[in-house]
Amino acid sequence: MELSGHLLSVLIFFPAFGALALLLLRGDDHLWIRRLTFVVSVVEFVFSLFLLRAVPINAPGYSLVEFGHWISAPPINYHLGVDGISMFLVILTTFLTPICVLASWHGVHHRIKEFHVTLLLLEVGVVGVFLSLDLFLFFLFWEIMLIPMAFLIGIWGHERRLYAAMKFVLYTMAGSILMLIGIIWLYNATGSFDLPVIQQMLHDGVLTLSTRTEILLFLAFFLAFAIKVPLFPLHTWLPDAHVEAPTAGSVILAGVLLKMGTYGMIRFCLPLFPEASHRAAPYVAVLAIIGIIYGALVAMVQPNLKKLVAYSSVSHLGFVVLGIFAFQNISMQGAVFQMLAHGVSMGALFLLVGMLYDRRHTFEITEYGGLSTPMPRLAAFFLFVVLSSMGLPMLNGFVGEYLILLGTYLVHWNWAAWAATGVILSACYLLWSYQRVFFGEVTHQKNCALPDTDARENCILVTVVIVTLWMGIGSPFFTRRFAVPCQTVLEQMNRSFAQEATLPGSIPKAAKLDSSGRILASTATPTSSERSGTR
Amino acid sequence: MTPPGTQDILRVLPELAWCSAGVLLMLLQPFVKNRQALTFISMLGAAAGTLVTFKAAFGEGFGGLVQFDIFSLFFHWLIGLVAFLVILASDSYLERENLDAAEFYALILFATAGMGVLASAQELLTAFIGLEMSSISSYILAGYRRDSIKSSESAVKYFLLGSFATAFFLYGIALVYGATGSTNLRTLATADPSSNLVRLGLSLILVGLGFKVAAAPFHVWTPDVYEGAPTPVTALFSAGPKAATFALLLRIFATVHAATDFWFWAFWILAALTMFVGNLGALVQSNIKRLLAYSSIAHAGYILVAMAAITTAKNSDSGLDPGAAYAAVLFYLLSYSLVSVGAFTIVSDLGGQGERYVNTDDFAGLGTRQPFAAAALSVFLLSLLGLPITAGFFGKLYIFTAAIKSKLIWLAILMAINSIIGAYYYLRIIVVMYMHEYKGNVPADAPASLSPTAAMVVIVAVLATLYLGLAPNHILGIVLDPNLILSGR
Repeated sequence: MELSGHLLSVLIFFPAFGALALLLLRGDDHLWIRRLTFVVSVVEFVFSLFLLRAVPINAPGYSLVEFGHWISAPPINYHLGVDGISMFLVILTTFLTPICVLASWHGVHHRIKEFHVTLLLLEVGVVGVFLSLDLFLFFLFWEIMLIPMAFLIGIWGHERRLYAAMKFVLYTMAGSILMLIGIIWLYNATGSFDLPVIQQMLHDGVLTLSTRTEILLFLAFFLAFAIKVPLFPLHTWLPDAHVEAPTAGSVILAGVLLKMGTYGMIRFCLPLFPEASHRAAPYVAVLAIIGIIYGALVAMVQPNLKKLVAYSSVSHLGFVVLGIFAFQNISMQGAVFQMLAHGVSMGALFLLVGMLYDRRHTFEITEYGGLSTPMPRLAAFFLFVVLSSMGLPMLNGFVGEYLILLGTYLVHWNWAAWAATGVILSACYLLWSYQRVFFGEVTHQKNCALPDTDARENCILVTVVIVTLWMGIGSPFFTRRFAVPCQTVLEQMNRSFAQEATLPGSIPKAAKLDSSGRILASTATPTSSERSGTR
Repeated sequence: MTPPGTQDILRVLPELAWCSAGVLLMLLQPFVKNRQALTFISMLGAAAGTLVTFKAAFGEGFGGLVQFDIFSLFFHWLIGLVAFLVILASDSYLERENLDAAEFYALILFATAGMGVLASAQELLTAFIGLEMSSISSYILAGYRRDSIKSSESAVKYFLLGSFATAFFLYGIALVYGATGSTNLRTLATADPSSNLVRLGLSLILVGLGFKVAAAPFHVWTPDVYEGAPTPVTALFSAGPKAATFALLLRIFATVHAATDFWFWAFWILAALTMFVGNLGALVQSNIKRLLAYSSIAHAGYILVAMAAITTAKNSDSGLDPGAAYAAVLFYLLSYSLVSVGAFTIVSDLGGQGERYVNTDDFAGLGTRQPFAAAALSVFLLSLLGLPITAGFFGKLYIFTAAIKSKLIWLAILMAINSIIGAYYYLRIIVVMYMHEYKGNVPADAPASLSPTAAMVVIVAVLATLYLGLAPNHILGIVLDPNLILSGR
């Protein structure tokens, strides 16, 4: 197929062309602007589904690689590639974008054209981040995507939107400029921005980083990613950004943007800086566990429904970080799965909260109550999504959390134990808030006559529900595809780590490596049977 | 000394072209009343000065007084481009403010010629003449809006502090001459680095030039002068003299061994101080001209980071190649000049008569009122901020790379911190333009759109900014040319 040679470029730039086409439309022709954006984003989604066929399941390394020289000095290349992890994140992005367009059909009233252009440009940036194999290109998309997101929050957001937009940009930029210094430092050491090349150099021992350098570099990258995730205590921008963003902004932010942080950890922090990752793991895990519990506790006492969802996001992403830094294949698969599952269920939760907001223009839980009487369908959808987010078996949230806890348990049972409290707490705050919003008597007169979901909303929600269910039941479809990439990441870590481990003075770590190495070997082949057990 | 021959003349062709164009304009003034014709002639003059560089021959001229090499060629192009754009941008401004055109353009061309001399001076007294040529024209240009108190204040302030700085520079030259018996940079190359007199002289020279590039703590004139001067002139100030002075600094560096050894900490401290003063100062500004003035100080600081990197690399035993750091300075100057001229042009055109609408609040809602101007200004601000696919991003990247290569990690981190501070105030303007509504009604005399000439300048600047941000290869090929790295040793 002609397309497949440049499928990744098409995926990145197709929305940009869509945005250009939008610019040519008349600004007051709202219906056609929405239709065109919807069509563009759906076509983009279909394109991304080609990835499922194009990416081989059991082969390590990157597929569909595109390489072109871009800038001569320093040598920056247009290097794209995809593996099982990034493939699903791209599909998640392209899946959520048309849903966002649909969700904003009535919710966005002014500067319609600019809104949709911004949304498509955001998609360009995010897809670019997931597909770049050149550190520099990665950074470039990482930065580019900031501006559309800031505009989404700042122009179409709620009351304190400017503050939230500014906070979002400054936080992210503070992290990313550190990452830039790290990237340049790495370039100085290696003479290349190319991720596979640098990995090869690490593998061959051409490049050895002193422990101190490695830790500093790790921190430079990790901070940028941790801010994005966000890891406790760097999470303070998130509730503001979420509460003030319009529904589409929240969906993309929670669904995809936060995943860029965890993706970065898997793709860059672990394989490039294994020694530092191992050293940092206990601290990171503690922060992640604090995030899980703290996020859940704060979510519990939120009077603001959207803020509640935002804090639950902090809690859920703590699981992902924990899963990554347990350095187990199972937990890393769980982390990747959780990223996808969280993207879908959090996106759905924000959509539902947005639908409530469209009707009542408030996020205050006390303003609601007894909504299941006027809106039975919305209540049913909401319950479904809440249950999936809680981690009910058969739904998507369960698989990720289970795999993460399982993998973490293998190395540190106490990490898993602490993290498991997050599961219980999430049931508490989600069910409690659900009860306050939907059950009981209708306390406010205004709520009596609220319309139930219309056809458009049904369409969105049914899609999301089907995906949620499918991810819960058919999880091997997903895990099968990122088992090998996760394994590759861990092998890249161990390979470099093994060289370090021969040095005297690191015996405890070497022992740990042995145990994990053994476990890895056992999980590498019978992955599918493992997976069938998990459902 | 032999009388100048053809070869000598060929070395200063651009300056001759700019000066003759300026003189021609003065002569034409009584006869030609049509402003646009004058604009056209002076643009031709600016372009001619740039284009004759093709005819100019490389090499020394006037017995070593000037050196025309690929380095000065680059700066002549840069300065000529800036002059060209500023003249084009001034057309509508002069009409609106009802100012005399011929003298204005002549002064710009004379100033440009002075900067040209600075860029190719290989002798400190030649440099002094160049500095004076550009400065004196600049003093007059700053006060060109005679009926405005601010403009006059700007001129007086610039003149007093500028002469003070020039005195430092001259005194420095005198001391260096006293120590070495020469003012020629080639001779100075072998000056004893440990001589205190040479060191003192060089530091005074640095102070003098520090004034011109607005490095803290010699920056105090900048905000007031930039604010009071007619905005197209501000555009010129922020781009031309700064680039030319950095050219001289680079040349002194490259040639005089003593300077390299001695100036590292000076540049380190100057860079750190300048970045912080500029960025922190810009944070609290509500007047866009002042804000951009402080931002221009901050950017001088970033360039000084690269200068510090060069000093380290040039240092005899470091074994580093200063090429990348040179390229960083040149690339940054180019990208900053384009962006700065573009941004000031927009501010000048939207300022309205008497420059009344130059506060950030006046830009509220610009995104919907004037989508083109707002989008262009956003591109410029994002480039100043250093966001990818703009020229400023690569500028910053090269400086970061140079600094890290020279192991100036702390300076790089300070620069990173400053970039974040900078992000705040640049983004604030974008926020105001796109996310604020104009309070009350837009006054009737506020310009409804950019004038055609200003729009042309803006388009050129935007395209160049994006071009440098997307495909910097070509320019990189020029600035990384090994011949560009001057060495007098």
